[in-house]
Amino acid sequence: MNRIDGKFNYLKKAGQKALITFITVGDPDPETTGELVVAMERAGADIVELGIPYSDPLADGPVIQRASDRALKAGTKIATCMQTAKSIREKCGIPLVFLVYYNSVFNYGPEKFAIDARNAGIDGIIIPDLPVEERNETAAIASSCGIHLIPLVAPTSHERIKNIVEGAGGFVYCISSKGVTGVREDIETDIKAYMEEVSRYTALPRALGFGISGPDMAKRFRDCCEGLIVGSAIVRLIEQGKDRRRMLSNVCEFVSRIKEVL
Amino acid sequence: MKDVPGRFGIFGGQYVPETVMNALIELEREFNSAIADEKFMEDYRYYLREYAGRPTPLYFAENLTKKLGGARIYLKREDLNHTGAHKINNVLGQALLAKRMGKRRVIAETGAGQHGVATATAAALFGMECEIFMGKEDIKRQALNVFRMKLLGARVTSVDGGTGTLKDAVNEALRHWVAHVDDTFYAMGSVVGPHPYPTMVRDFQRVIGDETRAQIMEKTGRLPDYIIACVGGGSNSMGIFYPFYEDKSVKLVGVEAGGMGLDSGQHAAKLSRGSIGVLHGMKTYVLQDDEGQIMPVHSISAGLDYPGAGPEHAFFKETGRAEYVCATDEEALGAFLALSKEEGIIPALESAHAAAHAMKLAPKLSEEDIIVVNLSGRGDKDVESIADLMGVKL
Repeated sequence: MNRIDGKFNYLKKAGQKALITFITVGDPDPETTGELVVAMERAGADIVELGIPYSDPLADGPVIQRASDRALKAGTKIATCMQTAKSIREKCGIPLVFLVYYNSVFNYGPEKFAIDARNAGIDGIIIPDLPVEERNETAAIASSCGIHLIPLVAPTSHERIKNIVEGAGGFVYCISSKGVTGVREDIETDIKAYMEEVSRYTALPRALGFGISGPDMAKRFRDCCEGLIVGSAIVRLIEQGKDRRRMLSNVCEFVSRIKEVL
Repeated sequence: MKDVPGRFGIFGGQYVPETVMNALIELEREFNSAIADEKFMEDYRYYLREYAGRPTPLYFAENLTKKLGGARIYLKREDLNHTGAHKINNVLGQALLAKRMGKRRVIAETGAGQHGVATATAAALFGMECEIFMGKEDIKRQALNVFRMKLLGARVTSVDGGTGTLKDAVNEALRHWVAHVDDTFYAMGSVVGPHPYPTMVRDFQRVIGDETRAQIMEKTGRLPDYIIACVGGGSNSMGIFYPFYEDKSVKLVGVEAGGMGLDSGQHAAKLSRGSIGVLHGMKTYVLQDDEGQIMPVHSISAGLDYPGAGPEHAFFKETGRAEYVCATDEEALGAFLALSKEEGIIPALESAHAAAHAMKLAPKLSEEDIIVVNLSGRGDKDVESIADLMGVKL
């Protein structure tokens, strides 16, 4: 069974919600990325998204853009990301998902990408700029490798949700608000109604992301969905961490405070 | 040729976040209904005629023709449009569409500032709020156009991310649109981006080619042998090429920015030297490294300084319908000076790339042959940087 499915089954029985955390591979360096994943798992993260850095991250706000820039300047390649995932997989069993822009997959070759990702122990792929209209080929390739191509829905999707979730696996990435990634003061979308709309079309777990700032927001939305995704708030701690040990403990402390309410 | 809307062979498509998909679908529907609506087209033609000053002349460049001693050269005078370039054709169409869709805000990206000025102009005309995204490097290079946009009532937002140039301005405008999709219309400046933009911008720019066709028939009684236009994103070139698509005797030549030379790595020649990739929602030729990271580009002209070509150009290249060549910074500068001195026309540096190729080609042809050069814009905006290059203090 795919580790993502296993994890959601387990959490359901345990009466918990999933905490999905995001970091960019190679920010500040691949070794630290590996350490961060292991530490976040210990602190309570259930699934980790590994961002593959890209020059033009259209769906990302300034915090993750800067993380991407730092990782690229440090020389992070797609091969680095595969290698990093592989070495994480040797240390722990946490479900791992690549977040990658389509041009990276396209240039690497979708088939090779999926095979290498599978061999590196990756369980899912999120491609934020690949809507349902363009995804068929990639979805088939991922599925033949036993990897979930995680579908994304937005508050603007409405009747499109049906096609988006059809045949999909893993979980549904529910974008909380219009706009790009980044910590928000508030989320204006009627999340309850939105999550109900999604569940009319699928029984897949729903994970809410974009703008989740910390434990308070997690508490507010925990009952509406099966998981929460936290990215920029963690990446910001990495960016601000001058001392490596301190940074790791700050991230762990933040992750465990969110997990506590889930 | 186009069985699937938004696809040009394998090129085009909609590689964008899900959040804007419904907005693109709505835009496509509204655009299709607008261009089929005689009242809308009547309004569009009215503003082209009464406000922009169309039709623009097709001028026989007699002095240049004599000097080069070969093919007869005609200039399609898009530089005579209101705001100084072809950009206004597209912007008037999109602004009317925005109005029809009840949008109160219009946003756009700009590189050199021409599309930004045109958008700010249309927003002022139609009473819409306007925000222009511009790379911080371009803001420094194009201070005059930044001030023009502000005079017209637009807000100019500096984009610091990435390389601080046109590509990053497009990224930021798209990000802004994703967040404000309900009340905001994104007026894309070229035949780039996700469907329906490449098709829509082409259809609002084809007036250049439609007029050229009628004018050359009237003046010479036949179609031209060559049509030459510069390619940044590719809107002026697609606008003049498209109505000649079926006329196989007419050779279409797109001229890219060769910068400091193709082997220098300092250029913007995506169709000549790029590879197939995905940028700004479209599959097309882009300048990228072997990992798909978009590469920095260079051109003497800020309007050609863009790493991707419109997807229909990629299709024209792939099928051989058009040929894509380069002119270097130096050649463009030479043509800029030649047109100024020989014809009394100071061209935009972008358009000077097209003229430079015509100057190379014309002497090899006979005086029976006809070349049409799309003079897409005027060079007022470039005078300062040219003076700088020539070491002249203003």
